[in-house]
Amino acid sequence: MTTTESTSEFTQAEGRSHVRKIVGIWLVVAIIADYFVWFVYGPHMPPGAMTDQARGQQFDIKVISVLAIPVLLFLWTFGFYSIAKFRGGRDRPDGYYVKGNVKTQTAWYVITATLVLFLAGFGTYELIVPAGAGGGEGPSPIWTPSTPVKLVVQVIAQQWRFTYRWPQFGGMETTSINLPVNTQIQFDVTSIDVIHDFWAYQLGVKADANPDVNNVAYAKTLQLGRFTVRCDELCGIWHGAMYNYGNVVSQQQFYNWATQMQKQNATVTKLLPKFALTYTPSYTGAGGGYYPSGDPNGTTA
Amino acid sequence: MAIKTTSIAQGGDGGRAVAEEKKGFRLNVFTGLIVGVLGYLFGHWMGNAIAGGYQQVVGSGQNDVAILLGFIFGTIGWFLGLGILNYPIQKMAGIEPPAEKYEYEPGVMKYFRYTLDNKVVGIQYLFGMLFYFFTAGLLAMGIRTELLSPTNHIWGPATYLEIVGEHGTMMMMMMTSVVMGPFGNYLVPLMIGSKRVAFPRLEAAAFWFTPAAYIILLSALWQGGFQSGWTGYAPLSIQQGVGQDAYLFSFALLGFSMITSSINMTATIINYRAPGMRWSRLPMIAWGMITVAFTMLLSVPILIDGLYVMGLDRSVQTAMLYAGHGGSSFLWENLFWFFGHPEVYLLALPGFGLTMEILPVFARKPLFGYRTAVAGMVGVAVLSFFVWQHHLFQSGMNPDMRPLFMLTTELISIPTGFIYLVGLGTLWRARMRFDVPMLFMLAVFFNFLFGGITGVYVSDVPVNVTVHGSYFVMAHFHYTIMGQLIFAVMGAIYYYSPLYFGIKLNEKWGKIHFWTMFVSFNSTFLPLFVLGLLGMPRRVFEYAARLQHLNQWVTISSYVLGLSLTFFVITFVWQLAVTRPKSPLNPWQSRGLEWQVGYPIPPGNFDKIPVILSGPYEYGDPNALPVADLKPVEPSAVGVSSGGEI
Repeated sequence: MTTTESTSEFTQAEGRSHVRKIVGIWLVVAIIADYFVWFVYGPHMPPGAMTDQARGQQFDIKVISVLAIPVLLFLWTFGFYSIAKFRGGRDRPDGYYVKGNVKTQTAWYVITATLVLFLAGFGTYELIVPAGAGGGEGPSPIWTPSTPVKLVVQVIAQQWRFTYRWPQFGGMETTSINLPVNTQIQFDVTSIDVIHDFWAYQLGVKADANPDVNNVAYAKTLQLGRFTVRCDELCGIWHGAMYNYGNVVSQQQFYNWATQMQKQNATVTKLLPKFALTYTPSYTGAGGGYYPSGDPNGTTA
Repeated sequence: MAIKTTSIAQGGDGGRAVAEEKKGFRLNVFTGLIVGVLGYLFGHWMGNAIAGGYQQVVGSGQNDVAILLGFIFGTIGWFLGLGILNYPIQKMAGIEPPAEKYEYEPGVMKYFRYTLDNKVVGIQYLFGMLFYFFTAGLLAMGIRTELLSPTNHIWGPATYLEIVGEHGTMMMMMMTSVVMGPFGNYLVPLMIGSKRVAFPRLEAAAFWFTPAAYIILLSALWQGGFQSGWTGYAPLSIQQGVGQDAYLFSFALLGFSMITSSINMTATIINYRAPGMRWSRLPMIAWGMITVAFTMLLSVPILIDGLYVMGLDRSVQTAMLYAGHGGSSFLWENLFWFFGHPEVYLLALPGFGLTMEILPVFARKPLFGYRTAVAGMVGVAVLSFFVWQHHLFQSGMNPDMRPLFMLTTELISIPTGFIYLVGLGTLWRARMRFDVPMLFMLAVFFNFLFGGITGVYVSDVPVNVTVHGSYFVMAHFHYTIMGQLIFAVMGAIYYYSPLYFGIKLNEKWGKIHFWTMFVSFNSTFLPLFVLGLLGMPRRVFEYAARLQHLNQWVTISSYVLGLSLTFFVITFVWQLAVTRPKSPLNPWQSRGLEWQVGYPIPPGNFDKIPVILSGPYEYGDPNALPVADLKPVEPSAVGVSSGGEI
């Protein structure tokens, strides 16, 4: 630290007094803000708690918020305090001549590095333990659920709708989706034309639907309720209209619905290509072998 | 006042007249347009001749070869018509081009010509960039108007996505140059004590790529547009009509502009520093420029390669980006984001350069932690190359690499935090003056804080599952780009108007502009975080009815933001062209070398190469030496190493 005669008015005692005030104000507002974030707003934070994965994401948002908000508030407190107190003017001399402070700078480096490394470690833990946290894990997931998968749902995206295939129900295809509660589910997400994204908001599931790629995501349902499915990668003109709704229902209701759909769709299911993890698109980018009759370039199923 | 040059003699003899100037007709933007159109017609004809019989072309009626060749020859024609290629052609033909001459040229025609004076190029860039920014901003108004209602539509879905794509692409490609163009080119030679830039032809050509890219990109609107957004994900981008060719070609042109501009900037800063301009005295804008230039040089070629591949897939039916036929849609995602993420930082770094340059002037204090500031910028630039897959966390690509990319992304918070430390340290016990430029610089710190902190959410993979591709991400990057870069640029326009134009913009109008822009910006983009968390995806023209009120709030705020920027344009042009409120020399009492040369800045910037005596931020030290000796007697006796010529 270098001082000169013009800065002799800037005493150390005065500096410490500023620091005490800034830290005092900051501590009070940070504690209040964190209390509200964790206890008041926390339980209502998106994406909710319909699945294990959604609950994990909600927990992560809460943890990051209670760490990030004090940082934000510290910078605000410091900034607004400075604006209020450290004012000058054309007729006033220049400010405190100081070009650095080893202690302050070192403390800053250490604190920010610690925070960042903690967050990276925390994020990794929260990614691995809940089996990919609901995100797409590609064709060969390395983080799988600890309990066995009970239900496999294939999500086939195309311009501009989602269809669902159920390999455990004869490979039938439906345009609607229902899921049983308290069940470990595996989503196999793929596309038969361009890149889409299967985003089941309340389930905390998001996986890109890539042509020729099987993208696996897991979720364990915990609560009954309705969920929204939206396409989350720009996929062309009707991207904004590519959504539908699903329900998490009781296991019995699900079984009844699925078996009924299987019977109802039996004649259509016979015409579909054999169940596979991916379906290659054609040169026209539409359907490939999936809808042979409508696509002259497609291979017959 | 700018100067006219026809060319510059070898060896950097910027200030000396060495040959007679040719009188009479000179090539300009109009001849460029005429030859450019002729070039386009020739290229289009050739494309039809070559590819008219392709099965794909006959079947679809869409000839991408003709469109792309039209753009290629159109651009060559544009450059020929402007006279940019005269020098290299003459050199290649063994003809010695006429030597150059610097002199004042009154009037505005010089701004419509290819010219080698860094100050004219700076002004060309300034107005060019403002024009592109306002075009893209107008498109944003179109987007927000559509989103007033979840179900009633102003545009059809196709037009809506055309507007979204044009807005995103225009902003993301053009704004890469919004600081290096108007401020880097103009100020860096002045700041480092050089009479010229290293490669004036490259610098000038870099600007003239931009109008061509602008026209070609906008032309997509008349060709059905492109519905792939600025990210152009394949195979959607392969599926699109010829508007996509305009996207890929204009983006590539801007890529060439960035590369040429960066080569010049890097060489200038390394080689043309005046004696005494040590790296430890280099102004922050120059640090911003050199870090950005390196980032561009290493990342932009990858984009151009990717666009080239996209062009081949579209025109001659290769299948490199196309799944199931030997290619992969992951290839484009990787190539694009390998450029795309460094790009986000190369938008942020110059804004920080401007901010840290201007902050000490109004805080009346030295920049706190100069080396920390430099380390922050270098750290961000280096780390920016190791984070690109965080855009692809949910893609299914390399899922085992997600912890690594989460770590690298979060590590960027450390050097970014350095810049906040510098900012806070500089404000600590300052004597702040709240002139308009200072208000904008404080707003940069305020706004970027939202962008930076939400970046931590986005980079956390589990949270990313919720927020990826949603309005949360959209709000995040608008805070980092518009909230930081554009606020810094606006502040810099107020700050540098006395130096560029000899006028001091009205303080009261400036404050009206600042406060309306600051409040409406935050009112527009803060609710978007909430919309994203509530499940609204990006780029949709329909959304859940429960989100309508928030969307309407955002749209109305965006109109106020648009009005605020319109107010700026009107007051700026009015004062520049009509009232011209005269500014005293160096009205901000800055120590910066650029302010010491007086107004108008003389041809060749300095009579003699100055000798730098101290750093630019020594405010508060009455014993500090002046920043430079502008009339050194024997500069070589100073004994300080320098790359700049004397």
